[in-house]
Amino acid sequence: MTARIGVVTFPGSLDDGDAARAIRYAGGEPVALWHRDPDDGRVDAVVLPGGFSYGDYLRCGAIARFSPVMETVIDRARGGLPVLGICNGFQVLCESHLLPGALTRNDHQHFVCRDQRLRIENAASAWTSAYELGEEIVIPIKNGEGRYVAESETLARLEGDGLVVARYSGDNPNGSANDIAGIANEAGNVVGLMPHPEHAVDPLTGPSADGLGFFASVLKRLAVL
Amino acid sequence: MIDTVAHAGETPDLVQPFADLGLADDEYARIRKILGRRPTGCELAMYSVMWSEHCSYKSSKVHLRQFATMAPASDALLVGIGENAGVVDIGDGYAATFKIESHNHPSFVEPYQGAATGVGGIVRDILSMGARPVAILDPLRFGPADAADTRRVLPGVVAGIGGYGNCLGLPTIGGEVVFDPSYSGNPLVNALCVGVLRKDAIKLARATGPGNKVILYGAKTGRDGIGGVSVLASATFNNATGDATKKPTVQVGDPFLEKVLIECSLELFERGLVVGIQDLGGAGLSCATTELASAGSGGMHIELDRVPLRAASMQPAEVLTSESQERMCAIVAPGDVEEFCTVCEKWDVDAAVIGEVTEVGPEEAARGGRLVVTWHGEVVVDVPPRTVAHEGPVYERPYARPAIQDLLEADVPDRLPRPSTAAELRSTLLELAASPNLCSKEWVTAQYDRYVRGNTVLAQPEDAGVFRVDESTGLGVAVATDGNGRYTRLDPFTGAQLALAEAYRNVAVSGARPIAVTNCLNFGSPEDPEVMWQFAEAVRGLAAGCRDLRVPVTGGNVSFYNQTGEAAILPTPVVGVLGVLDDVSKRTPIGFRGDGHAIYLLGETLDEFGGSEWAHTVHGHLGGQPPRVNLAAERALAGLLIDASRDGLLASAHDLSDGGLAQALVESCLRGGIGCRIALPGDLDPFVALFSESAARAIVTVPADQVQRLVDHSVRHGVAAARLGEVGGPALAVVGHFAVPLDELRAAHEATLPALFAG
Repeated sequence: MTARIGVVTFPGSLDDGDAARAIRYAGGEPVALWHRDPDDGRVDAVVLPGGFSYGDYLRCGAIARFSPVMETVIDRARGGLPVLGICNGFQVLCESHLLPGALTRNDHQHFVCRDQRLRIENAASAWTSAYELGEEIVIPIKNGEGRYVAESETLARLEGDGLVVARYSGDNPNGSANDIAGIANEAGNVVGLMPHPEHAVDPLTGPSADGLGFFASVLKRLAVL
Repeated sequence: MIDTVAHAGETPDLVQPFADLGLADDEYARIRKILGRRPTGCELAMYSVMWSEHCSYKSSKVHLRQFATMAPASDALLVGIGENAGVVDIGDGYAATFKIESHNHPSFVEPYQGAATGVGGIVRDILSMGARPVAILDPLRFGPADAADTRRVLPGVVAGIGGYGNCLGLPTIGGEVVFDPSYSGNPLVNALCVGVLRKDAIKLARATGPGNKVILYGAKTGRDGIGGVSVLASATFNNATGDATKKPTVQVGDPFLEKVLIECSLELFERGLVVGIQDLGGAGLSCATTELASAGSGGMHIELDRVPLRAASMQPAEVLTSESQERMCAIVAPGDVEEFCTVCEKWDVDAAVIGEVTEVGPEEAARGGRLVVTWHGEVVVDVPPRTVAHEGPVYERPYARPAIQDLLEADVPDRLPRPSTAAELRSTLLELAASPNLCSKEWVTAQYDRYVRGNTVLAQPEDAGVFRVDESTGLGVAVATDGNGRYTRLDPFTGAQLALAEAYRNVAVSGARPIAVTNCLNFGSPEDPEVMWQFAEAVRGLAAGCRDLRVPVTGGNVSFYNQTGEAAILPTPVVGVLGVLDDVSKRTPIGFRGDGHAIYLLGETLDEFGGSEWAHTVHGHLGGQPPRVNLAAERALAGLLIDASRDGLLASAHDLSDGGLAQALVESCLRGGIGCRIALPGDLDPFVALFSESAARAIVTVPADQVQRLVDHSVRHGVAAARLGEVGGPALAVVGHFAVPLDELRAAHEATLPALFAG
């Protein structure tokens, strides 16, 4: 049976369609989750897509965490449900305290959209196991508030425990601490990623198909479970 | 006290401030004649905004008719000029709708909000056709790149476009960034939006069916943007500092609200809950109600006090003319109102029934219908809506060829010193590649999301933006915008045709078949006969060009009064062309791709430097004649490019325009990350071969084993094809003259804008 992967749509979500397409290309079945409906356990994993949930008025991701769907997702993530937060989704995961740290305004103050080289630093998480450790991939990055920051003890712990899943290779596009592009929780089921793997699933419409690995990883993980 | 219709009847001699609202004496007299009494304050406000140049096209109408009278026959055209946007059939049951608009004056006064709401407005126009907006292009023009005010305006405009478009989830896939001193006091911020829909699902702005409800949904109405179309858009700036007194007339945008408004509207359309729809843009409710009513059954009753307000103290005239953003007006059958409101609740969008469509008698219909607006039960407006929306004044403004035109034409570029040695040619190539107009625009375009929706196949710096419409078939659409104010200054008829030809060529270069045209005509004051001559000539040229290229104009926008004091901008018709690709996987990119691929120059090169980028950048010169137009040659070239793309033999193709062959080679090398070795045609002066801006040309590359097929195609289409050399190596090498390593080229091309605007 194909794994069912939920894609949450908040008001202001923008990349939900792209995330669903990426799941489909990887061989999974995308399931649309509406922000007002609690997840009733219909899905085997969840993607929180990019966008500007609820307009990002207060702080990126700050309101989305209180939505009915997130209450259940947060709960299930603590129990091991694989969750990938991309861009705004990463911000939601930080606001939800499923991941440490925060995403702040880019150091150069501008929104930036470009093809970005990343190095996979952890090939054991639920969302990165299809990659080789140290593998370099190119996927788009696009954000105005993508600079990852955390207290120095947190950074030390992330580095020490191998929880940095991807690092910017070459130029750091936003001033992120330690060139961090993505991190995982200790259990490895929750991953936050600033760049957009869902925009790199077909060389026709993206810089590469390198992003498919994130979705293939979770399908592999779910097949094993 | 509210100025009611009854009160207006009792006080015929009350002095009204019509001139402050932008109305002329005879226009005011005409309103009194139509109504048979003086207008109420609300009516005066409505007429003043709707009869503004921006809304009524009163100075341009007599010329724009040529787009219809000279229109070529088209199988593709589904909805033409006059609606919110034109719609064309793109095959497989799909239709595309697109339109370009200006937001020039607001963007000068308040760059971020002006540009942001420009995007928002054109997106709602596309939405109101029943389409999902899917892509944006932004043609922009600013004063000199190194001018202090450009440093104020450009970063704000770019951030505003990005801030709004990115939040809507719409990829920005093309546009232009051009600098010229004439735009110093008046930047041009044009925005084009493309939408896609099923061709049987087109929506129109018609209030039909007496008894149907009028629903206003989206943002609440506030005091922003009052008089935006009249005192801001339809008047000349008096000083060069952005006229701070006009700031309150600029609207403030909320892209998040627009995003949910889009999704909410699409769900309403999908459920069949909408009889007619109109977005609220310039002139706000005055425009939406009068246009809906006059294009529909003719009658409407609006209870204005039901409009949800941001400020309780707003007066009815303010409510009628507010240009608050992110609002739509729908006509809904009474039985569907409940479901309509349920959908709005789902998206947290406010909706209010503000009135209904009413019956009109034959006599009223003959007068232009009847729109009655009440405010807490008192009648404040009672007008024939057609007289407001469609029967505004029409002017045959005097026009005259400027006396200086002869001098300008006589000032040919032939006398300018030309580079001749290898070293001079090399440094000219680098100087142009680094010039503000030809340098990399990455600093700007990196601030726009080009990936969202996952259907972008080509985006800037490609010649055309291309997006996929149907994932299963590969059906797609290409769009390009072009315009050249210098060419148009030298010869408005030819300049407008060159803009059309370039956009048409850019679409064909991508492999798409051009099928439709939109335009944004940016000019100075129509009250200046010399500006009016430029306008009349440009429209005549564009209409004739569209006829000859067999692509109809489907809509567009006129922006007059682009001047500060006496100095008008360069006349700048910006032309957008839309084309269809049956299979986007066959699209042709501009970058060189394969070592050893043969490079061919298609088309003929003449000694043409009037209005050229070389004359402008190197000599600060503008004179002579622009390049010749040969639309038959453009059609032949396009035919070749489309056929060769469909046959899959082109590795790359790039149109030749500003900066000529040299600039095209620079861009193809840098885009592909690979060099080239070329020899210049022996019969041409090397300078002419490299930098002439002759139209109807492109460079293409093909794998070595496809050369014969390309030659066959060129013979069949009657296009001259000359082999220039091969792709490969670490440099752009012109054999016998010079070579420039790609690293040096890239540094020159990419450093300019960051040095001027970063930080």
